[in-house]
Amino acid sequence: MSNLQVSVYRYNPETDSAPYMQEFQVDTKGRDLMVLDVLHLMKEQDSGLAFRRSCREGVCGSDGMNMNGKNGLACITPLSDVVKGNKLTLRPLPGLPVIRDMVVDMGLFYKQYERIQPYLQNDEPAPAIERLQSPEERDKLDGLYECILCACCSTSCPSFWWNPDKFVGPAGLLQSYRFLADTRDTATRERLTSLEDPFSVFRCRGIMNCVAVCPKGLNPTRAIGKIREMLLADAT
Amino acid sequence: MVTNITSFGRSGLSDWLMQRVSAVILAVYTVFIVAYLLLNPNLDYYAWSGLFDQTWMRIFSLLAFVSIAAHAWIGLWTVTTDYLKSTRLRVGAQTLIILAIFVYLVWGIQILWGA
Repeated sequence: MSNLQVSVYRYNPETDSAPYMQEFQVDTKGRDLMVLDVLHLMKEQDSGLAFRRSCREGVCGSDGMNMNGKNGLACITPLSDVVKGNKLTLRPLPGLPVIRDMVVDMGLFYKQYERIQPYLQNDEPAPAIERLQSPEERDKLDGLYECILCACCSTSCPSFWWNPDKFVGPAGLLQSYRFLADTRDTATRERLTSLEDPFSVFRCRGIMNCVAVCPKGLNPTRAIGKIREMLLADAT
Repeated sequence: MVTNITSFGRSGLSDWLMQRVSAVILAVYTVFIVAYLLLNPNLDYYAWSGLFDQTWMRIFSLLAFVSIAAHAWIGLWTVTTDYLKSTRLRVGAQTLIILAIFVYLVWGIQILWGA
């Protein structure tokens, strides 16, 4: 049987009183499609189905969603990775308000990102050419700068579900450490001071859901550990 | 800036450090008590009472009691801020927890030095 049974989350706040799951039969013709391809085949059946997508190659981070219970990017997730028993259940990223169907309001996620001041701050006079780093100093940024802000990690984190207004979340903290670890940034003390409360960093309980789902294979938990080490070194 | 007034140390960093240090103390105390019980299968009242008559054991026990008080305060404060969204309910639960911890701590001190 090449017909895949897909169950997808539908909610249009203008017409539906409550969200519901809609069943689709998708003919994959036996191919191991990406989940995004399946969504497009479903959109051919029901053009009202709303989801975000853009680059379709895991670079833009638009199509983060929950596939058979696990967050990931639909465009780079093959069916063979997620489908069990010929069934696929698609839901929007958990914990964020749903605008329509698979489209969520990322406002809180971006607000936490903004809070960690994701830009280089340097109060020294700019040199004539550029601010240089040694190859070793540059190496510290590997595994940090690659984040595409798809929100798969933060929306799989219970600490972010319960306190999205106070806990920065794994994505924001990975970026926070990206600037804390940057030798060209001189705002380290200010950055650390804004993170020492019980929520911003310390609400992380280290369950590593973020590491398990990151489509880029990054490790926010390790970055959070490094931030804690820096806070401890600075305050003791 | 995120603020807080009912957390143990008023700072995430100090709470985090306290949580880890108290965990180590509690682990050592637990291992000690379990080992003592295993090594003394025919334990009677006099041996048990004799153990707690010694100053070092009282200091060790008090350290463990203070650790469990801090550990419970920090841990349960976290649970209440995660799951209790109504301010009245949350502050009420936090007050009850902190009062209970205080009562148990004083009671523990009384048991250690009272007998």
